Amino acid sequence: MRRRTFSTALIATATLGSVPLASCSSDDSGSGGGGDTLKYWASNQGTSLDNDVEILTPELEKFTQQTGITVELEVIPWDSLLQRILSATASGDAPDVLNIGNTWSASLQATGAFLPFEDEQYQAIGGKDKFLESSLGSTGAEGQPPTSVPLYGLAYGLFYSKAMFAEAGITEPPATWADLVADAKQLTDAAADRWGMTVAGASYTENSHFAFMFGKQNGAEFFDDEGQPTFTEAGNVAGIQQYLALMSTDRVVSPSAAEHPTTNDMIADFTSRKAAMFMGQNNSEATILSNGMTVDDYGVAPIPILDPLPAGGQRVNSHVAGINISVFADSENTEGALKLVQFLTSPEEQVVLNQKFGSLPVVAEAASDAAFQTENLKTFNAVLSDTAAPLPMIPNESQFETTVGQAMQDLFGRIATGQPAGTAEITRALEGAQQQMAGGA
Amino acid sequence: MATSTSARTGRARAPRPVRRAPRSTLAPRWLPYVLLAPALLFELLVHIVPMLTGIYISTLELTQFYVRRWLQAPSAGLGNFDIALDVDGAIGASLLRSFGITFAFTIATLALSWSLGMFAAVLLQRPFPGRNVLRTLFLVPYALPVYAGVIVWKFMLGRDNGMVNSLLGGLGITDGDTFWLLGDNAFVSTVVVAVWRLWPFAFLTLMAGLQSIPNEVYEAAAVDGAGMWQQFRSFTLPMLRPVNQVLLLVLFLWSFNDFNVPYILFGQSVPASADLISIHVYQASFITWNFGVGSAMSVLLLLVLLVITAVYLPLSSRRLRDA
Repeated sequence: MRRRTFSTALIATATLGSVPLASCSSDDSGSGGGGDTLKYWASNQGTSLDNDVEILTPELEKFTQQTGITVELEVIPWDSLLQRILSATASGDAPDVLNIGNTWSASLQATGAFLPFEDEQYQAIGGKDKFLESSLGSTGAEGQPPTSVPLYGLAYGLFYSKAMFAEAGITEPPATWADLVADAKQLTDAAADRWGMTVAGASYTENSHFAFMFGKQNGAEFFDDEGQPTFTEAGNVAGIQQYLALMSTDRVVSPSAAEHPTTNDMIADFTSRKAAMFMGQNNSEATILSNGMTVDDYGVAPIPILDPLPAGGQRVNSHVAGINISVFADSENTEGALKLVQFLTSPEEQVVLNQKFGSLPVVAEAASDAAFQTENLKTFNAVLSDTAAPLPMIPNESQFETTVGQAMQDLFGRIATGQPAGTAEITRALEGAQQQMAGGA
Repeated sequence: MATSTSARTGRARAPRPVRRAPRSTLAPRWLPYVLLAPALLFELLVHIVPMLTGIYISTLELTQFYVRRWLQAPSAGLGNFDIALDVDGAIGASLLRSFGITFAFTIATLALSWSLGMFAAVLLQRPFPGRNVLRTLFLVPYALPVYAGVIVWKFMLGRDNGMVNSLLGGLGITDGDTFWLLGDNAFVSTVVVAVWRLWPFAFLTLMAGLQSIPNEVYEAAAVDGAGMWQQFRSFTLPMLRPVNQVLLLVLFLWSFNDFNVPYILFGQSVPASADLISIHVYQASFITWNFGVGSAMSVLLLLVLLVITAVYLPLSSRRLRDA
């Protein structure tokens, strides 16, 4: 009898462990530290989490000197940031101020967890006018007060190794997508583990950004005007095919890249001369330099576009990328939180931080600073103003990134292990992603 | 019976001291309940309340629009279960597939962990020099923090700089270019790491069980000319049955629910072949931000495990009685 009771208890305990989701708490009263302390979640902008802490700490100390408010800083890696934000939203155990990917603005706005920026809040952070017009386009859904303001400006470009180009006798960066593939093939020597390109195949955010831009080039959209998903449009399949082909049929990307979860892995391929090119955002420069390359060792060009464009195709080679900053609505120190937002978006801090992170200022006064007039940053600025399109500002946007991005990650895995990943497989993957999204809505 | 007899006989001679003695050594009646209360409270807090909350959430339309004030989320009735159980839809089909993979994973992990544990326990049953060192060594994977152990496996299984590929490639067994964490190999890798984690527990439990088998049984068997294998089949296995009944079930439940190993090995990018149920539920919730459907999947998992347990226990107990 006693044994049976023991067994039953043991089994009950083991079985009960299988409802893991219920650990959300309904306590939404307290957020962050009250009084003279603020909790701040920063995203990983530097070469590592530690590097972010190193860069931000002296600046936040300046803030403390000016205002008397202490800031508890935590830097959160990209692959868990969205989940941390959601958990914080559900539990109420949240920071006061936090960074978000600007493409998530409308999705997170829909949760109601963030403080809306109306005239009063804008005034508290130095006015809406100080921000660059283009950067304000990705701060929330149209027709509603935004729940985030821009912090760092980013855009995609093609980074290439000058030395590897010279060795292969290539004098110019590629101008069209066909040129890029041809150059990459010329640069690839699979036997010597040298490749024309590299990607972060296991990063869902990166994958989804390329799905968006190459889909646009192929004349497709991932959402219709009503905000309904249209993932399986032929142009989207073609766009994803164009990106995956770099590994599958063009064979200019090492299969190992299917295991790269972060852009830093991809940049390591580039700086160790394993790959001659990669498509990345401007803050990649900081990592390239910290890995030991100098500014003269690499060049930056706009990502080549299909030429001629397919019917309905648009000249898009980046989304309006960037980092925004938000304040949690439940913060007990909204005033202090807004002071921190004002501080980080002040012209002086914008110059310091964007320079260190290799990103672009989002306020006009800082953008004109001499530090941001380099050749490379001018290229990124031109991309942002001429050929970048904002990702749709709708509540479902972040689910597009997770479902499509992960489907592509799975397709990269298939390619790396020698399984087929052609049009049929891509279409099936996108169908699955769309159904998942519909089930979630 | 004995006590009451002595009490009755005692009453005649010296009633007072005999009557009082047992009372004074007895603790107050409420003491056991007080001692149990903290455990009960934590059991409620840690298991029962979250479980009931999970069941409640599975009936809510808990999407991104309500995640902040989730108690105000509208009711979805059984709608979330419809989605999770619709095997023609993408969500239901992938859930079913995940259940299948989890069964295969559990059976493989259970069989290997139990066999290894049994083998090692029998091997170390008789004293020999170095036995204690081996025992300690075998228990190391169980003593290590899961994260520390599994993250090392993740490094070892990497394609480009992993030790597994260097070793196999160096020995000429493979070309040293195998992806262990992608494609179908990911399943094998997950099983290997899970077995590495779990088998010391089987070993420990079986070793304890073996201690209770008297040595005379083996001596008598040896005198009668029974070999090692015969002794194992005729004495060791039957006498370990009560231990095995619980051990197998616990190993089954732990493997079926394993979240740590796949999560640490694959992070956000779980390959289709290693899409175990607990991580599937987690991913399904966070990918679409629909925590109602995620909780419905959790409840289904709970039901499956309860059914399996409910069938297994009476069946194995009857066999125990018959034996």
